Amino acid sequence: MSERAAEISPAEDEQDDDQITDSAAPDAATDTTSESETTLDPVTTGAESVVRALENAGVEYAFGVQGGAIMPVYDALYDSDIYHVTMAHEQGAAHAADAYGIVSGEPGVCLATSGPGATNLVTGIADADMDSDPLLALTGQVPTEFVGNDAFQETDTTGVTTPVTKENTFSSDSDRVGSDVSEAFALAREGRPGPTLVDLPKDITNGETDREPDAPNVPDTYEVQERADEEIVAAAAERIENSDRPALLLGGGVIKGEASEACREFAIEHEIPVITTMPGIGAFPEDHELSLEMAGMHGTGYANMAITHCDTLIGIGTRFDDRLTGGIETFAPDAELVHVDIDPAEISKNIYADYPLVGDAETVVEQLSEAVDESPEAKKWRAQCQQWKSDYSMAYDAPEDEPVQPEFVIEALDEATSDRAIVTTGVGQHQMWACQYWTYTEPRTWVSSHGLGAMGYGLPSAIGARIAADDDQEVVCVDGDGSFLMTLQGLSVAVREELDITVAVLNNEYIGMVRQWQDAFFDGRHSASDYGWMPEFDKLAEAFGACGFRIDDYDDVAETIDAAIAYDGPSVIDVHIDPDANVYPMVPSGGDNGQFALTEDQL
Amino acid sequence: MKRGLEGPSPDERPSPAGRRNKQGIRIDPEVEATHKPRRTVISALVTHEPGVLSDVSGLFSRRQFNIESLTVGPTEDEDRARITIVVEEPDPGIDQIEKQLRKLVPVISVRELEPDAMRRELALIKVDAKRPDRVAAVADMYDGKTVDSSPETATIEVTGARRKIEAAIDTFSQFGIREISRTGTTALARGTDRTAAPESTAQPADEANHDDQYTPADDD
Repeated sequence: MSERAAEISPAEDEQDDDQITDSAAPDAATDTTSESETTLDPVTTGAESVVRALENAGVEYAFGVQGGAIMPVYDALYDSDIYHVTMAHEQGAAHAADAYGIVSGEPGVCLATSGPGATNLVTGIADADMDSDPLLALTGQVPTEFVGNDAFQETDTTGVTTPVTKENTFSSDSDRVGSDVSEAFALAREGRPGPTLVDLPKDITNGETDREPDAPNVPDTYEVQERADEEIVAAAAERIENSDRPALLLGGGVIKGEASEACREFAIEHEIPVITTMPGIGAFPEDHELSLEMAGMHGTGYANMAITHCDTLIGIGTRFDDRLTGGIETFAPDAELVHVDIDPAEISKNIYADYPLVGDAETVVEQLSEAVDESPEAKKWRAQCQQWKSDYSMAYDAPEDEPVQPEFVIEALDEATSDRAIVTTGVGQHQMWACQYWTYTEPRTWVSSHGLGAMGYGLPSAIGARIAADDDQEVVCVDGDGSFLMTLQGLSVAVREELDITVAVLNNEYIGMVRQWQDAFFDGRHSASDYGWMPEFDKLAEAFGACGFRIDDYDDVAETIDAAIAYDGPSVIDVHIDPDANVYPMVPSGGDNGQFALTEDQL
Repeated sequence: MKRGLEGPSPDERPSPAGRRNKQGIRIDPEVEATHKPRRTVISALVTHEPGVLSDVSGLFSRRQFNIESLTVGPTEDEDRARITIVVEEPDPGIDQIEKQLRKLVPVISVRELEPDAMRRELALIKVDAKRPDRVAAVADMYDGKTVDSSPETATIEVTGARRKIEAAIDTFSQFGIREISRTGTTALARGTDRTAAPESTAQPADEANHDDQYTPADDD
């Protein structure tokens, strides 16, 4: 059925589908569909068709919040094997589904009602859009006859979400609504992943239909190039072979494209130093000698030196965001760029690609592997990179008589957990420390809001990550006090669902990153960044039914973290860190990566 | 306690010799070389369904592409519509416009038209009719047609390339222009050259072709 769907044009659609219906008498359907479907009852309503589409796509979990216009879909879910996690807020539903998508590789599904339900999803959808995370959002809508009349809880959801979705659809036919959901699911996953949304008017989901949804396929106007042009591959390979100062830059696309293994092999075989972007964390083991870790605004000094001085930069699955590049004029100014990306629009968008390689990351890296015969002679360059690693060490000062330093806490959490532990974060200083001081070795273990920078991402994403993760993977949310306050109602979900997560709130009673910038760029005027007071998060956790811990001194750190990780259920550690701690190195906005500051007076 | 990290300070570090321009292209640090904007016509074949026009116009405003006109209308195939967009952007911007348009799911194919493509626009020009004979003479000069006349006004329809319309408006202004409505440019490639291939969104092989030859702004 899927192949036929791809072949027919919309004009023939009606007719063709009639034929399918005709031939799809119960016995015929058994022949053409998978075995699991044989036991399912035929659909009778649009809502059942929506749920059937999700089941056919292999969806096991959904995250959402009930409400008027989405009620028919929830009613259909009642009979489904799909496990629904009832969230405390729709923003949390979108972030949880997003994290589920990051960890599992399959689109996470979130549901919300019309109006405020849909608008509350928007932050999470925008986050998925910026980070190319596979996400399917289903929103209820007022009945079609009310649309456009400013009805109760009516919002133009497709209008609001067009700029932040890969594709969205207003469903207008009970016979088609299931297939709309199938197609949106496929679009969220295929090619460059991203968020899709289907808006579901109540009369359409309530409407009668006996039409089974089409299989989850992308429309025929959507084409994805898998293999890069062989001539450009050959030219890029020659450039790499002749390079004196090569560097690999691995982005989030490496992880999404399941290319981490291929990249590791390529880097190790040719002894090319490896830098990652923030979403690329985990694509290459940070404990490997070739790893220079993350570059950019708060990247390591050695990664920023290497990216600034390399003569050949092999960027894979990265969009050269401004937090990575700093000022364009001074970004890798001596480097010829080999740019691998599945989205042609990312090629030469921000940084001109001398060797544009459009295609799937894993496929193209394998093409490059085949084409590169000789490793570049870069012994001197590798020695230089090692020298930078020692010159710009990330070692920090942690005197016993000062408040607890946040870096120490991150290292202790890393120490207390396995290599496959998953870290989620909010946004701010704590997020940067979690990047810098946790040693990541596996893909899909770093879950964060990179492009959008959405405070409040940490706890709901830990919920989604927990559900997608294997049982032996710990899930640790490194949060800030400001970020945690934004979505901590999600604790009620974690407790109800008995989710084993550990939230470590690095509490400095500031919006710390803003405070750091105010000290550096606004004469220390702490406008609206100084909370001055925070609730006691350990007691708050207890009130929710979670397990609360508190750390004030270095002596408490190891023991408390061990106890919190060992607790089988949600735990929260309120970690009172040094309120004056700052994140370094730092490249100011639009600055030169090679001129990163190591102290405030260098900014 | 000491804040921050140890290591050579910024002024003790080596600096690379190269530089990029604002468009991310490596350049000789001694010369300033940015691509100059040029005016061109982009034609997109799209599925004929509600919402496509708003998707396209939203894309242009959201990404700050400089757009001069945008027209849309049905084609020889009733399921397809053609969108014709006149833009003024440097080469990398034009490249980016084409790629971003291709990413929209309802967009079937996109291309930049050759400078010799046929480009036409229609204008309705309503002027004071105090001197009808002279208005008629000017209309004749631009192959215009009087589509409405009243004791006080005359409305002339002019079609042609943008420059011709501008010249006509300029000339009509002597009579006192009351109102103008213009359609924006629509365009087709010449001869057997296809304006848009109906079923292909495939990338051209010479992907990201930033050569250094700039076509001067062209208006027919």
